[in-house]
Amino acid sequence: MTDLLDDVLGTEGRARLTELTGEVTSTPARIAVLFPAVARAVGRGPADPDDPDGMVTPRIEDQARVALLRAAAQAWNRDALVTEIGALYRHGDADEKRAVLRAVDHLDVGNAALDLVGDALRGNDTRLIAAALGPYAAKHLDPHNWRHGVLKCLFTGVPLAAVSGFAERGDAELARMVEGFAAERRAAGRDVPADATCLLNRLTSKRPDLDGGTVPDQQRVRHDQED
Amino acid sequence: MRIFDPHIHMTSRTTDDYEAMYAAGVRAVTEPAFWLGQPRSSAASFYDYFDALVGWERFRAAQFGIRHHCTIALNPKEANDPRCAEVLDALPRYLAKDGVVAVGEVGFDSMTDDEEKAFVRQLDLAGEHDLPVLVHTPHRDKVEGTRRTLELVAASGLPPERVLVDHLNEVTVDMVAGSGCWLGFSIYPDTKMDERRMVRILADHGLDRMIVNSAADWGRSDPLKTAKTGQAMRGAGFSEDDVDRVLWRNPVAFYGQSGRLLLDPVDIDQTATFEGNSVLRGQRPA
Repeated sequence: MTDLLDDVLGTEGRARLTELTGEVTSTPARIAVLFPAVARAVGRGPADPDDPDGMVTPRIEDQARVALLRAAAQAWNRDALVTEIGALYRHGDADEKRAVLRAVDHLDVGNAALDLVGDALRGNDTRLIAAALGPYAAKHLDPHNWRHGVLKCLFTGVPLAAVSGFAERGDAELARMVEGFAAERRAAGRDVPADATCLLNRLTSKRPDLDGGTVPDQQRVRHDQED
Repeated sequence: MRIFDPHIHMTSRTTDDYEAMYAAGVRAVTEPAFWLGQPRSSAASFYDYFDALVGWERFRAAQFGIRHHCTIALNPKEANDPRCAEVLDALPRYLAKDGVVAVGEVGFDSMTDDEEKAFVRQLDLAGEHDLPVLVHTPHRDKVEGTRRTLELVAASGLPPERVLVDHLNEVTVDMVAGSGCWLGFSIYPDTKMDERRMVRILADHGLDRMIVNSAADWGRSDPLKTAKTGQAMRGAGFSEDDVDRVLWRNPVAFYGQSGRLLLDPVDIDQTATFEGNSVLRGQRPA
């Protein structure tokens, strides 16, 4: 159990999660039915009250599901693990899919979870997009799709604080794309999100530091729905 | 009049229907997984359907002030198609989800061996997942299908009060009443059962374990048949409390056995999105 999760779960929730973690450790296949039921059993809600959708800080049920999956993973070889995370994602609702995307940051699956990241980035669920662009994507996603993921965050209002890897992956091509996005917004007489300006400054070395630093609060701008 | 429609296939209905249902008093529904009017050709088609039942449709109903629950199963008709058999193996993943309040619709269509195997297996799943069961009785050879249904339910070891036997009529009501199972009646525009006959059955058999639904789907059907049955009950001298019992408290008691009903009023926000998509068209919430 992470320290963060330990802090936000009550005594009863902690006990219940420990019980469920023990159950999947001894019988990993049980995760198929325990993973969907986690929120009912352990608890649900934001871990950070300022981040109700868990865009940056995973929600309580997300973290509990990650803990369960990490426990089950210890019993499997990589092939078995890849098969099961694929099934959890395929049969998962949006909450469960989000937790699988958070979990792959902690699992040894090589690039085998990239199709899940791709699925999340094709959709419009901002919580899934945020979860898909964590450390796993920073490590494994190809540069073209990673840049498009960042741009999709700007389009859909996902805070860039949710995205990992700017230090290693922020490049001139991303700067060009973000500048194009900003130019298009200005031409349309629309606001340019603060995240876009901040990222451009960073990419063109005018200002540090998205990774580990704080990104300004999201401006209240109107974002686009991509159909 | 507050109404819980315990059997309605909202994926095939329009937003006009949702609005009319709300205006008539419908505040909660259960949508059973069933056939779609044409055969599915793979298990994957079922999974997309189940995903919609626990996801998009639940969200869509809430946009109109209606709490949506569902039941999940391999239906009897498609239990005969070997291409769909693997759905049975994936059911536990769905039966564990929030919003799934029973196993169903299970039962018989043509009374085949494959249907019976799927039925028995899913009765077992209901026991394992601590869920009630919604049973569809066949439209052809209904009496024999209902008789065999009750034998299988008894053999399953499930308590009869965990089982709702649906689509009953004058010829099947007595045997189900004697079984201890709940009794479901689907009220259609001009076939099978209408509200006038329903009221007569309620007068003859009382209100205990009696459940009325519209079973509205993609065919000629009427999502307001629950409300119209309530009006017919009033016309026949039943009290407001009687109507409330049949149209709200009975279905709540049955599906409440799942422990997963959500019945608090919906805070309607049509600018909300589900997976990034709203029920509004051409208009993105600001």
